[in-house]
Amino acid sequence: MKVCVVGCGAVGSLFAANLATLDDVEVWAYDLAREHVDAINRNGLRLTGAGEVVGHLRATSDASELPQCDFGIVATKAMHTEAAVAATAHAFANGSLATVQNGIGNEEVLARHVERVIRGTTFPAGKIVEPGVVQWDVKGDTTFGLYDDKPAPFEQVELLADACTRGGMSSKAVRDARGPQWRKVIFNASTNPLGALTGLTHGRLCEQPPLRALITKLVDEGKAVAAAQGIELDSDPEELIDYAARPEVAYDHKASMLQDVEARRQTEVDYLNGGIVEFGRRFGVETPEHATIWALIKGMEASWKQA
Amino acid sequence: MNRVCVAGAGAIGSLFAGHLARVAEVSALTRREEHARALRQQGLRVSGRSEFTARLDASTDPAKLAPPDLVIVACKGTDLEPLMQLLAGHWPAATVMTVQNGIGADEVAARFGDWKLLTSVTFMSGTRHGDTHVEYVLDTATWIGPARGTTPADAHAVADLIASSGLKAEAFDDLRPSQWSKLIFNATVNTVAALTGLPHDPHFAALGDPRDLGYLVRQLMDEGKAVAAAVGVTLAEDPWEMNVLATQRGSAHYPSMLEDVEARRPTEVDTITGALVSAAQRVGVPVPLHETMYRLIKAREASWE
Repeated sequence: MKVCVVGCGAVGSLFAANLATLDDVEVWAYDLAREHVDAINRNGLRLTGAGEVVGHLRATSDASELPQCDFGIVATKAMHTEAAVAATAHAFANGSLATVQNGIGNEEVLARHVERVIRGTTFPAGKIVEPGVVQWDVKGDTTFGLYDDKPAPFEQVELLADACTRGGMSSKAVRDARGPQWRKVIFNASTNPLGALTGLTHGRLCEQPPLRALITKLVDEGKAVAAAQGIELDSDPEELIDYAARPEVAYDHKASMLQDVEARRQTEVDYLNGGIVEFGRRFGVETPEHATIWALIKGMEASWKQA
Repeated sequence: MNRVCVAGAGAIGSLFAGHLARVAEVSALTRREEHARALRQQGLRVSGRSEFTARLDASTDPAKLAPPDLVIVACKGTDLEPLMQLLAGHWPAATVMTVQNGIGADEVAARFGDWKLLTSVTFMSGTRHGDTHVEYVLDTATWIGPARGTTPADAHAVADLIASSGLKAEAFDDLRPSQWSKLIFNATVNTVAALTGLPHDPHFAALGDPRDLGYLVRQLMDEGKAVAAAVGVTLAEDPWEMNVLATQRGSAHYPSMLEDVEARRPTEVDTITGALVSAAQRVGVPVPLHETMYRLIKAREASWE
């Protein structure tokens, strides 16, 4: 089986390195960060922290080098989906393309370029500490499912989930993966931007009662938007928020949006809070708190352009 | 009114002290001894819209200053209580004027002595370039009104004195309509600026795309206006119009809360947004978005600890 990870940042690297430990899977990674690509080709891709893994795989910044793949796993930041998928779609002409990205609406972008799309949501997190080396902060489950407009055959979804699980990334295949997807979107949209706006890690956010109450207001708005679409969350995002705040889980984890803000990179807020506001508008649900957070992060991004 | 003491010589205090020294005998009460010594020895240079150097007395101890007729308390809201504590027991015949952002500063001052009190809000701005040099940036007015034991005539007398020194000042029979306009303006603009890092620029009035900041600014101001209405205050100016006008001026103002956040200092959020939220709770008006802004600013402060 050939699998190409499209976007080999922190999360993409977790999939790529773990899958590369399997004898029956040939792993490719497509990423624009030359130093990371070169380091992976030179020394392998190393994970440390929640798991110690060295995966040997082929990495490239040139999409024309990619072979025909059975599966792709898109793990770019949501605002880079269009460009990354447009560049690599030829490699999935006969395969299935999955997304494990944050936010809402990524499947629609994939479906513009390929015929078989797999909806996905993943909870593990980490960060690149140096080219070729990724700190694995948090383990967690991945769920793959069908995307109604251009579904991959369900056997393919099962095959991909099975390979990920065998590689060390616990995954399951379900028909409707919107429940976990919205649980994660609500989790991310209710916590990441607060980290970005305040500079606090996840654990510190949660131990301040007024902020924990604000998180709950955001979660409740998100739940109302999910419910209005008939989506049943697979479990309460609040449980995940409290679980992640535990010292041994993600107390000290700086949300990816906080990492983005510290590096003055564009954030994924349009696909998180913006997605919730947009779906809320479509389904007639008020989301004033998410709209507030969205506007503040967009303002923050605008401030860097002026500096 | 021949003798004025300016208590707290930050940017606003220095602008008052420097200008008033041209028409009255002025002293400055500072927190740091080296600041007082520098002012005594070198005077206070004002640049920008005015250009001169003023002579004045200065000390960290009120007992070492000649008793003034007027005390202008120009420290930040976060420093008001310790400063009033320092003034307690001094200068019983003086009139004390508070200049802090937000509402309720004169009530704090009242707890520390029996002085006659004036309340004010200032829209002027300056930039400190060291202990003995302040740049006069925005030449907007200071609005003054009566508080405990004073009349509109007292407010007019102080406004006239300030105006004669080269600053802009205006007296009001009742300052609350102006104070509330500024409170709503500051609770919105200062917190949004502090959280986004944007100076008060045209982003704050933008209403194109749904994620534009103007919508948030207008919603925050609408919450504030509902509170003012429930309190029974008719606003002197519409905060949204103040916002639109200020962002059209061309040079973007850096609200003090943004400067505080960048310097990792405690902000005035308690005396501004905190005061608005408390007032809202008293009259039973919901202000969920101001509560959110308050929580975010307090959390940002906590991140430095």
